[in-house]
Amino acid sequence: MTQKNIRIIPQLHIKGNNVVKPVQTDALRVVGNPQELAYRYYQEGADEILYMDIVASLYQRNLDFSLIKSVTQDIFIPVTVGGGIRTLQDIHNALHSGADKICINTYAIHEPLFIEKAVKEFGSQCIVLAIDAKKQQSGKWEAYTDGGREPSGKDVITWIKEALDLGAGEIYISSIDRDGTRKGYDLDLIKAITSFARVPVVGHGGAGDLESILAAVSEGQLDAVSSSSIFHFQDFTIVQVKEYLHENNINVRLV
Amino acid sequence: MKKNPPIVIVDYGIGNIGSAIRAFAHFGADVLISDKSDDILSACAIVLPGVGSFKSGMNGLEERGLIDVVSNFASKGMPVLGICLGAQILLSQGKEFGVHNGLGIIPGNVVDFPDLDDKEKIPHMGWNALHRPLEDSWDNTILCSTKKGDKLYFVHSYILQPSKKDNILSLTTYGGYEFCSSVKAGNVYGVQFHPEKSGKVGLNIIQEFINLSKGELI
Repeated sequence: MTQKNIRIIPQLHIKGNNVVKPVQTDALRVVGNPQELAYRYYQEGADEILYMDIVASLYQRNLDFSLIKSVTQDIFIPVTVGGGIRTLQDIHNALHSGADKICINTYAIHEPLFIEKAVKEFGSQCIVLAIDAKKQQSGKWEAYTDGGREPSGKDVITWIKEALDLGAGEIYISSIDRDGTRKGYDLDLIKAITSFARVPVVGHGGAGDLESILAAVSEGQLDAVSSSSIFHFQDFTIVQVKEYLHENNINVRLV
Repeated sequence: MKKNPPIVIVDYGIGNIGSAIRAFAHFGADVLISDKSDDILSACAIVLPGVGSFKSGMNGLEERGLIDVVSNFASKGMPVLGICLGAQILLSQGKEFGVHNGLGIIPGNVVDFPDLDDKEKIPHMGWNALHRPLEDSWDNTILCSTKKGDKLYFVHSYILQPSKKDNILSLTTYGGYEFCSSVKAGNVYGVQFHPEKSGKVGLNIIQEFINLSKGELI
């Protein structure tokens, strides 16, 4: 069992100037203001924040760098930014706007070598591969692009292995089937990845009760757990999640 | 009244310096971002931020003609804070992609992590605790308000290995291996972790460095 501190990462899905919550990708609910939510999570002891522009990728738009700047202004923890990243200049701009890491999904699937280019320029610690995984009847998972709308034809496990060879420094795995359901993380999916990945793996999609988060860490062997619903809708605070994990012998950073 | 000299954050072309700037600005510190030797020479303190390879860091300083400038600044006893790569290049040599000379302000090398317990991954990424080598190691240093076991954010694959024990300011354990997570020689500090990304605990360290730059460190 690892002794490392498990990170808790709230995810902000950004649309325009709002944080929204997609429920299985199609329905959207406005949750709040990005600056306020990010600051609240920072104060509550989030270990990192994931800022995901869900529109930029879908409509081939650029990230709103001024919004990133205002969201990260008073946040002194790592911030990962994703959504619509297609060029090295996009990455440069995001980093200069306050991001510490970049997360790439759709464009990496279309242009896998972009991962290698980005890693050479910015280092693998900066390049996170995001995957939206959907379970197939075969029992395997397919990677989806464009905010979980388009099947890519790529098998999730094969794709991760390819991306790791290209230098991706972290894996952010989301389960489309579980996102927003609170039915627990897809442990089979998570275990299929953590069993071989030698980079940190962050899991998203399905956090429900505290036991489901513990299972994702102890059984799933995740390095970090991400959720949006349970934090946005205040099922639990970050402190409650951390205290529960701590009581169950998982190392966390308590602030 | 004569304006006090600023703290210069040295922009030597390495990665993302925005977060370091924001952290100093958070305390209202007078900060100048520069790669000019004149600015460095008239600074009250300098910060070397940066994430990247040892070689790229030294190349960045060399291309700007800053190697001697930074070394001389440090040898005058002026406050220097190296963060992550900026801490590593304070040492004599880096053994990442070949052997490269560092600034040599603090004797020692920058080396690979040795073999770690099987579950642990490289880079060492995430939050980890600081410990004192001696009970009084942090007295009158920028870690004076840090508490034993406080956690800070790390992202690195190589470690500081100072040759003198006296230069070890803090220790951290990862994968069953205890390594030096910060170094100190007089007013020169190198921290492997990112104080600008480590919440309140990290901000306190930056605050203490600002105090040091004003000659007010307690």
